[in-house]
Amino acid sequence: MQPIPIIGAYLSAANAPGGVMLPEFYNQLGAMHGTIMVFMGVVPLAVGGFGNFVMPLQIGAPDMAFPRINMASYWAYFVGGVVMLASFFLPGGAANSGWTSYVPLAVTATVGQTWWLLGMVLLITSSLLGSLNFIVTIFQLRAPGLTFMRLPIFVWLQLVTAYLLLLAFPPLEAAAVLQLMDRVAGTSFFLPSGLVVSGQILGNSGGGNPLLWQHLFWFLAHPEVYVLILPAMGIVAEVLANNIRKPLWGYKPVVYSAIFLGFMSFVVWAHHMFLTGMGTTMSAFFQTTTMIISIPSVVILTSLFLSLWGASIRFTTPMLFALAFLPMFGIGGLTGLPLGLAPTDIHLHDTYYVIGHFHYVVAPGTLFALFAGIYYWFPKATGRYMNELLGKIHFWGSFVCINIVFFPMFIQGLAGMNRRLYDGGIQYAHAQTAAKWNMPMGHAAFALWAFQLFFIFNFFWSIKKGRRSPSNAWDATTLEWAAAPSPPPHGNFPEPPVVYREAYEYSVPGHPRDFTPQNEPETKRDK
Amino acid sequence: MDIPYTVTARPDTGLYNGKLGIWLFLASEVMLFGALFSSYLLLRVGAEVWPRGETILNIPMAFLNTVILISSSVTMVLAWASLKMNQFQKARWCLIGTFLLASGFLVVKFFEYSEKFAHGLAPKTNTFLAIYFTLTGLHGLHVVGGMVVMAFLFGPGAKMWRVAPERYTNRVEITGLYWHFVDLVWIFLFPVLYLL
Amino acid sequence: MIQRLLGLPIVASEHGPQLDFYTALVHLLMLALFLGWGAYFVFALHRFSAKRHPRADYYGTKSKFGKQSEIVVGIIEVLFLVGFAFPAWAIRVNAFPPESEATVVRVIGEQFAWNVHYPGADGKFGRTDIKLVDANNPLGLDRRDPDAKDDITTINQLSLPIDKPVIVHLSSKDVIHSFGLPYFRVKQDAIPGMTIPVWFKPTMLTPEGESWEIACSQLCGLGHYRMRGFITIMTPDKFAGWLKEQAAAQ
Ligand code: HEA
Ligand code: HEA
Ligand code: CUA
Ligand SMILES: [Cu+2]
Repeated sequence: MQPIPIIGAYLSAANAPGGVMLPEFYNQLGAMHGTIMVFMGVVPLAVGGFGNFVMPLQIGAPDMAFPRINMASYWAYFVGGVVMLASFFLPGGAANSGWTSYVPLAVTATVGQTWWLLGMVLLITSSLLGSLNFIVTIFQLRAPGLTFMRLPIFVWLQLVTAYLLLLAFPPLEAAAVLQLMDRVAGTSFFLPSGLVVSGQILGNSGGGNPLLWQHLFWFLAHPEVYVLILPAMGIVAEVLANNIRKPLWGYKPVVYSAIFLGFMSFVVWAHHMFLTGMGTTMSAFFQTTTMIISIPSVVILTSLFLSLWGASIRFTTPMLFALAFLPMFGIGGLTGLPLGLAPTDIHLHDTYYVIGHFHYVVAPGTLFALFAGIYYWFPKATGRYMNELLGKIHFWGSFVCINIVFFPMFIQGLAGMNRRLYDGGIQYAHAQTAAKWNMPMGHAAFALWAFQLFFIFNFFWSIKKGRRSPSNAWDATTLEWAAAPSPPPHGNFPEPPVVYREAYEYSVPGHPRDFTPQNEPETKRDK
Repeated sequence: MDIPYTVTARPDTGLYNGKLGIWLFLASEVMLFGALFSSYLLLRVGAEVWPRGETILNIPMAFLNTVILISSSVTMVLAWASLKMNQFQKARWCLIGTFLLASGFLVVKFFEYSEKFAHGLAPKTNTFLAIYFTLTGLHGLHVVGGMVVMAFLFGPGAKMWRVAPERYTNRVEITGLYWHFVDLVWIFLFPVLYLL
Repeated sequence: MIQRLLGLPIVASEHGPQLDFYTALVHLLMLALFLGWGAYFVFALHRFSAKRHPRADYYGTKSKFGKQSEIVVGIIEVLFLVGFAFPAWAIRVNAFPPESEATVVRVIGEQFAWNVHYPGADGKFGRTDIKLVDANNPLGLDRRDPDAKDDITTINQLSLPIDKPVIVHLSSKDVIHSFGLPYFRVKQDAIPGMTIPVWFKPTMLTPEGESWEIACSQLCGLGHYRMRGFITIMTPDKFAGWLKEQAAAQ
């Protein structure tokens, strides 16, 4: 095995002697990569970041309903994050049982797992407080005239997301408490009788059920994946609507689909557990719900696609990221189908196919949407545009590299190459041809990171030196642009906005400008 | 711009912010305890032997605690009702009463726990005791949480009565809603753990 | 054909080709959707760019195409479910052949090896007890039990005769493993405290000098990556010989 280029030399000898990673360390990185990306990266950024900044502005609210709960949420997140990251420095390192923390492995794992559980409890608390605040804000603080059917899509999807967080996270909290009890109080919620671990009979009381953990975990974690995608879809809808210069096609179907998606996401969780010895009735139920839940996604995507018809498309940097989201999410979503059919999942389960599936939805999907959002709302937060040229380099570089990283994963998965293999599967005869892809994928991943430098530089440079933007930087219709200065002052709006029309009144016939802000009073032209 | 609807209800939702907030919070609590009750059910159905609660646990004590908690819910409602009728002193007495009843609950619980430990019965003894300690422990933490809030409303928080009586009344109402929920959880726990 | 294009590995079990066929079919549907929408997408981006289409049309498309395509996708999914997924799954988990007509083995996972247990000539598995587990007896087989006298145990080597159904009783001693046979389109979690049966019918002999693999497919600790077992399909004669050899070696 070869040492890791460049970074390898800087890793400690305990984790990677001579720059070659040890399996222990690989497993820690795997578990923590999943946890950090999901619970400390995308959720705080998409919900905590964009939600907190954009949502109150879009509904014409001076602030969130409970500013102090907001702070509490932030601090719970902060402490939780510190606990998570600090666990890397424990003896035995961080949690190493996957982000799924399946038992009994997680119960018998090193002390890092205990910290992981504590960190999760804090992060969950943070999300709970945050989501509660979101829902109250959306219900209570909407500006006069801003009825539910006039809300920007982004707000709607944040609302559904908040409900998912509110109702799906507590079961994981319960599960974390039970696993904590198993680890520190010697209980056996998840441990059956008669375990022999490394030749030693485990002295637990027994009588527990390992599958109970999986049910509790996936009951959270499936809704969680929609928590990752719904705010992203919301951002894409905003950016798209602004850059096609016409109303979104099918506003209502999109809203209803999102609500339906939210409901359905609570009844598909066991599609992650087809191979745990599931009988016909259960599997039929979960396969059916899984197929049903794909329909609202199809409806949402179809609406976005059809919105393009008759548009006048501006290819700004945020628009490029938003456009790329569509086919990328398409690939990720479509590859969910063979996983959702139990018989085809037999071969694909726990292979790189699954890794490919969900990275397409979270990386060129959610991450791209987040980038779109940053480029789009940057002028709102700073009063300056980000640099377009650097933005376009960032986009094209990321777009090409990310596909080279993730597309071969489908090939590897179909060849039967398993995930979570420290050596990338090179021992296995059946994975030989597919393992050849590991190298180009690795290089592309490095290149992908290199292209992020353009973004990071652009971000900080533009704060100071970017081109100044007017307060309505993109000729947009929604309140955050139309009624608030950039950057918004304390209290957001100089005077409380009043809403007279729907969210995306672009290119309205008879109006001189190609956008009619939501707070523009009705005139004769509207009749 | 101030944050609207902190005190008065928004006409179209019929709620002030805090009240909607507490209902949502309680919804998430329902999911939390719901998950634990479901776990209880699954573990019990899957177990070869499952002791009947009455053979291990002390029913009279738990019954006493049920009475205590229900009474405390009553005093909590009285506190709010008194504020609504502008009787601040009476409300204070009711808050103290609720607080003392809650402490009484914890004292009884303490004796129950120490009795178990004295007999060498710990969470790790068997799955029944494990779920018993986890559920009652978590419920106990909720009681403590409620007590902290009551202490605040009685002590430093009471100043608000003079400047914003309506808002203070709302706070007491919200605490009451939470407290009824804690009570309700116990009313589920009691039969599930002790009687069935 | 498309199976080949998808890069699926050798298929050596009776039910494998059918699963592959449906995997291919699902991928065809996916491809059709992707190419269809993709073509539209590229066309729309070209046709409606601000340069070519400076003033947007407020009303957009009026076609019913969106709804129709959604309905078609829905119908195809229903067809997949009832036409294939439900019956195929029922066969996998219910339609077990009688034990008398099958090769029956127990496979017990542990960190990080596969213990294989054959019942021997009497067809009965001996009693096992975790108190007897040690380095030489990873299964804790009680050799004093009459049923255990002729039992055969191996580590990481599962040999099976061709063209005869196999029933594997799967379990684990410590953590969750997954019994993955990529060439047989078989995968099943091995869960401690549960015994889960799986069945399949090998239809291809393992070529001389090749080793087919059991790949642990569930993260089970540091050695997960090297928890590799072997599965060899033999002619019935060879299998009988192999069993004799193993019996002698016990
Ligand atoms: C954002 C996150 C996200 C999203 C949105 C989804 C969406 C879906 N997922 Fe995914 N999934 C994950 C994140 C996500 N998933 C993660 C993280 C895991 C692994 C967890 C782990 O084990 O560690 C996983 C695993 C996973 C499994 C378990 C696999 C296994 O372990 O064996 C299954 C099985 O059913 C599944 C199914 C689905 C389905 C049916 C959808 C559907 O909702 C998809 C619906 C969408 C479509 C059908 C696309 C529609 C688009 C078009 C029709 C237009 C096409 C146009 C063009 C392409 C131009 N997912
Ligand atoms: C949101 C979720 C998310 C995201 C975004 C990613 C992103 C990436 N992931 Fe990850 N991954 C998971 C969630 C995610 N992953 C999960 C849940 C698992 C399973 C873990 C387990 O097995 O338990 C996994 C597992 C996993 C594996 C499999 C490991 C194994 O099975 O052995 C691999 C292997 O290549 C991988 C690679 C990558 C790569 C190359 C990226 C790249 O796309 C990363 C590229 C990074 C960027 C493009 C920039 C990131 C953004 C910023 C730096 C923020 C920008 C700054 C500001 C906004 C100010 N991931
Ligand atoms: Cu055993 Cu992985
Ligand atoms: Cu899922």
